[in-house]
Amino acid sequence: MSKKSTHLIAIFGALIGLLWLFPFYMIVTNSFKTPKGIFASVLALPHPATGHNYVNSFKALDFIGSLTNSLIITVCSVLLIILCSSMAAYALQRNHSKLSSGLLLLFISAMLIPFQSVMIPLTANFGGVHMLNMWGLMFMYLGFDCSLSIFLYQGTLSSIPFAMDEAAEMEGASRWQIFYKVIFPMLSPMTVTVAILNIIAIWNDYLLPSLVLPQAQYTIPLQMFNFFGEYTKQWHLALAGITLSIIPVILFYLAAQKWIIKGVTDGAVK
Amino acid sequence: MKNRSLSFWLFLTPTLVALALVVFIPMLEGLFYSFTDWDGLSFTKMVGFQNYITLLHDKAFVNAFWFTVAFVIVTVIALNVIGLGLALLVTQKFKGSSFLRTVFFMPNMIGGLILGFIWQFIFTQGFSALGSALHAGWLENWLTTENTGFWGLVIVTVWQMSGYIMIIYIAYLQNIPQEIIEAAEIDGASAWQRFTKITFPMIAPAFTVCMFLTLSNGFKIYDQNLSLTGGGPYNSTQMLAMDIVNTAYNSSNFSLAEAKAMIFFIIVAAISLIQVFYNRKREVDL
Repeated sequence: MSKKSTHLIAIFGALIGLLWLFPFYMIVTNSFKTPKGIFASVLALPHPATGHNYVNSFKALDFIGSLTNSLIITVCSVLLIILCSSMAAYALQRNHSKLSSGLLLLFISAMLIPFQSVMIPLTANFGGVHMLNMWGLMFMYLGFDCSLSIFLYQGTLSSIPFAMDEAAEMEGASRWQIFYKVIFPMLSPMTVTVAILNIIAIWNDYLLPSLVLPQAQYTIPLQMFNFFGEYTKQWHLALAGITLSIIPVILFYLAAQKWIIKGVTDGAVK
Repeated sequence: MKNRSLSFWLFLTPTLVALALVVFIPMLEGLFYSFTDWDGLSFTKMVGFQNYITLLHDKAFVNAFWFTVAFVIVTVIALNVIGLGLALLVTQKFKGSSFLRTVFFMPNMIGGLILGFIWQFIFTQGFSALGSALHAGWLENWLTTENTGFWGLVIVTVWQMSGYIMIIYIAYLQNIPQEIIEAAEIDGASAWQRFTKITFPMIAPAFTVCMFLTLSNGFKIYDQNLSLTGGGPYNSTQMLAMDIVNTAYNSSNFSLAEAKAMIFFIIVAAISLIQVFYNRKREVDL
């Protein structure tokens, strides 16, 4: 390609990139304005800039509390999903019978069912046994998200030769030891993918936790929804809240970008 | 591992129990309740197909159905065209192309609820400021009509998901052997010919993957709908998922909500099954 057309493409790309970043520019700049400043011009840079919105929304959002809840729920659910799904996939993949292919089909068929089709009886049942809290929520995430994870693990397991299992068995390892010490470490690239896909989905989830969690255990999206209802006409506070709530996600993205892109690709293509 | 061995079942127990309690049992209960007059706690009698007949005449449901269908058609086309366009753009060799990839995918990391709030600000405040500066009336009063609500939802979805679709197209574009393109170049094929005769046929499988992904995602959208328009004005921008939630938790009409949820299941499952069938067929053809 000629140099000139490369330059043209680069300029075109930069313009599209700026268009994509424009919403971020809007919320960040306006979050530093006073109500008067937003009213005067939403497009200009903040003048004078104020940090007050952040102090106020930090308190109103109970940011530390909701960040902690989000972290606990996401980390515990994802660990639970990784452990249980890899175990299940291992059992299914190493058992060559009609039963195991039937069970795999059962797991995969669960992916056809949309959340709205189960949500009402699900929350009624869990409410009946007083499990509408973060522990019940983690168990629900295991139920909803194990299917895709088992499916992904199962594909990787088929490329790990059975000789590995046999060698460990000869040395007297139990089934659990074979899985935990030999097989699970070999699955780590897929574990990263499974972790990434579930972290993104669970961290951002709104509807399920809104039906399950008591107010004391609210995650960031739930707290944002309430907060927004309260400050709906006070954009200066709402925008500071939005900016605060996306900072953890953006930091995670920039730090783990390589794995995120790979994980998302694997999840969609396989 | 043998079927009868204890470890086989121990390894499977946690996920099987979770799947049964979280997905399959509630699904069967829901199916049963859709034929009753369930009020969320108890029911007095079976009503046959009454709930299903009611939903056919339910204006909110019918309106949500057509609104969702229109939304899905527009977003499937827009996402695939823009996603492929972005993928072609960032796979060119120029300085900053990998930074652009980062930028285009970024909105996909943010949850639908917060995305909706971000764009609510841009549509209501940013657009009207632009509109009055440029004397463009069509930029003002966004989200106050069904039409602007519809296009608002489309724009949010495109901004969020284009980067995701782009990533998938990139994965397939990178699998095209460079030698084929170079050979065509030497043979004198133009850039347009190289795209239509080589690149496009070679990424055809990506097109299938992306089309079904955007199709089923489009039908299931809820968060963006809730935070951007809230279904308003007057429920005119309410989509299927939101109509089900509102029928249950706002109108407390649980058995009708279950009937709607079963229809919703049939639509979403049908899309996925057609995809599976289509993929099988393609693999056989190859």
